Amino acid sequence: MGTPSMLPSPTFKRRDVAGYPDVPIEEKQRLFDEVKSDIRYNDYMYGCYECGICVAACPSAKFYDFSPRRIAQAAGREDVELIYQQMQEDIWECSQCFSCLRCPRGNNPGGIITIMREVSLNNGLASAKEALGGYSRIIYKIMSTGTQVSPDMLQRDAFPDWGPETGDVSDNLDLWRRALPSETLHTTSTGWDVAERTLVELYLIWLNTGALDMISEIDRGLHSILQEIMEERLEDEGIEL
Amino acid sequence: VTTIPIEALRAKKSNFVRDEHRYHDFQEELAALERSGEIVVQKITGDYVECPTKYGRPKRIQKGHLWHHKSCGQCGHIPGYSTSIFWVMRQLGYDYNDPTDQTSCTAWNYYASATSNAAAQACVAVRNFAAANETGYFPMIHCGTSYGHYKEVRHELIAHPELRADVRKVLGKLGKEIVLPEEIMHYSEWFYAMRHEIAAKQVRDLSNIAVTVHPACHYYKLVEGDAIFDPDVYGGQRTAVVTGLAQALGSEVRDYSTWFDCCGFGFRHILVQRDFTRSFSTLRKIERMKEEADPDVVLTHDTGCVTTLDKSQFAAQAHDRNVGVAVLSEAQFAALAMGAHPYKVVQLHWHSANYKPMLEKMGIDHEQAWAEFQLELKRLERGEKKYLDWDDMD
Repeated sequence: MGTPSMLPSPTFKRRDVAGYPDVPIEEKQRLFDEVKSDIRYNDYMYGCYECGICVAACPSAKFYDFSPRRIAQAAGREDVELIYQQMQEDIWECSQCFSCLRCPRGNNPGGIITIMREVSLNNGLASAKEALGGYSRIIYKIMSTGTQVSPDMLQRDAFPDWGPETGDVSDNLDLWRRALPSETLHTTSTGWDVAERTLVELYLIWLNTGALDMISEIDRGLHSILQEIMEERLEDEGIEL
Repeated sequence: VTTIPIEALRAKKSNFVRDEHRYHDFQEELAALERSGEIVVQKITGDYVECPTKYGRPKRIQKGHLWHHKSCGQCGHIPGYSTSIFWVMRQLGYDYNDPTDQTSCTAWNYYASATSNAAAQACVAVRNFAAANETGYFPMIHCGTSYGHYKEVRHELIAHPELRADVRKVLGKLGKEIVLPEEIMHYSEWFYAMRHEIAAKQVRDLSNIAVTVHPACHYYKLVEGDAIFDPDVYGGQRTAVVTGLAQALGSEVRDYSTWFDCCGFGFRHILVQRDFTRSFSTLRKIERMKEEADPDVVLTHDTGCVTTLDKSQFAAQAHDRNVGVAVLSEAQFAALAMGAHPYKVVQLHWHSANYKPMLEKMGIDHEQAWAEFQLELKRLERGEKKYLDWDDMD
């Protein structure tokens, strides 16, 4: 199955313009096997009627060359050539809204994409590195503080398209946070005040589930920084890994 | 000529029949796992309201003694969303716990960057649930994505013994057991369940306020059978939360064609690929609402939806697009209806889209309200107090 890499094809880009390296069919099969072996896969993939309801509901399909139906079809047919192409070109366009769960067959193309993204990351695929190129600070925030976005992220230069109110927040941040009546919300670098012990427990989760190691293939520097922060905190608490 | 039998389809839809067997009863499975000693199930205690779900299973919504699982985006960027939830609960006289022993569900990261996995996500979820259980307060989830993702996690834990084994091993290192609540409960379900108690404390007339509702994808598309659908609201064809509350408060709910569309948030896109988010949000949502319903305000019930619909309008205005409508959570709307201060409690100065015409229609003098808020800020600047507290909110 699939298209020989060196032949002209209406389906696949020429490798010299694709922007990512070709790999042997065995490697493509291995990547798909990793997707298929995930415990969530059988809940997400039942088979595709090709009815297109998922495409009609999909926001990304309206603005990108993207189709949740193609994702479900390729997975259903186990077309490892196409699945490899999707892992390099398509999966980061998905909005993860799960409108595609309207599928009458019970497929979850958005869920299949979640797994494909994780496999892309674990294997350091070019698409993952590109998609997450500007995302390091966000990963750092969630893994190190236990909260995802913080008040001090609201800066004029980061969100110029959000209007002048973003600058007002930034200019008055400390004062406006102190004016909030909830005791847990007086923070500026995290969404709320997270207890020290809670953070230690979160670090143990990242370290013991392999979640931290997932970023080692795409950003070694960030991985090293986070590992150091976590191990130092655990050492302070007298916890051995 | 073949025409679409619209009336026949409508008649069929108005005859609302639920297939209760379409959605399996997870509570039986939770109970079985608890009997075998694998998990702890935190039970609902005290008063509750029973609400209908999509396929008929009654869902119990605990009224008080709740543990507030806060939302990253709400607390960080729309703090009036969180404070309005707390304020309404206080006004109705229900006690709660606002914990520091809580992390993000981390699902924004999971859906955006995929730098996590099923085991890590399940561990984060049950650690938070265990923390709630230790306090005796029942968890109520502020974020729609946390709510949807936790329902996914519950399903995965029930279905996969090998995942339970992995999670148990990690939780053991934290000195915790696997805890799941009897119901996973979203704050908008609480507002829906309490809508008549809220309306009974209403002090502002909202009958001249036109509302459109954006139902949040992760509330009712992820594990759909667990979301509240009421035959009396949209004939049970859409989720009843938000709309049921807006109707109870006497506002006029207007319909528009793209109600099913997502807001355009995209998780990764809102942060690093915002051209998509802005385009989808304005072209498919705000402009459609303006053209078809001309609302005074869009109400929704999730962090990302408020952020996206609110923040995306500024750039579109530069291109003379048909935008310019206030965006609030229904919690903020309910707080305003009950007399909350628009800046001290509802914190509207964190919003971008112009909310002042809506306040004027509600009979609120926003210039006076802003001056009152500035006086409170001056007190903080003079060092009279370090923080404002709930006593300052009246």
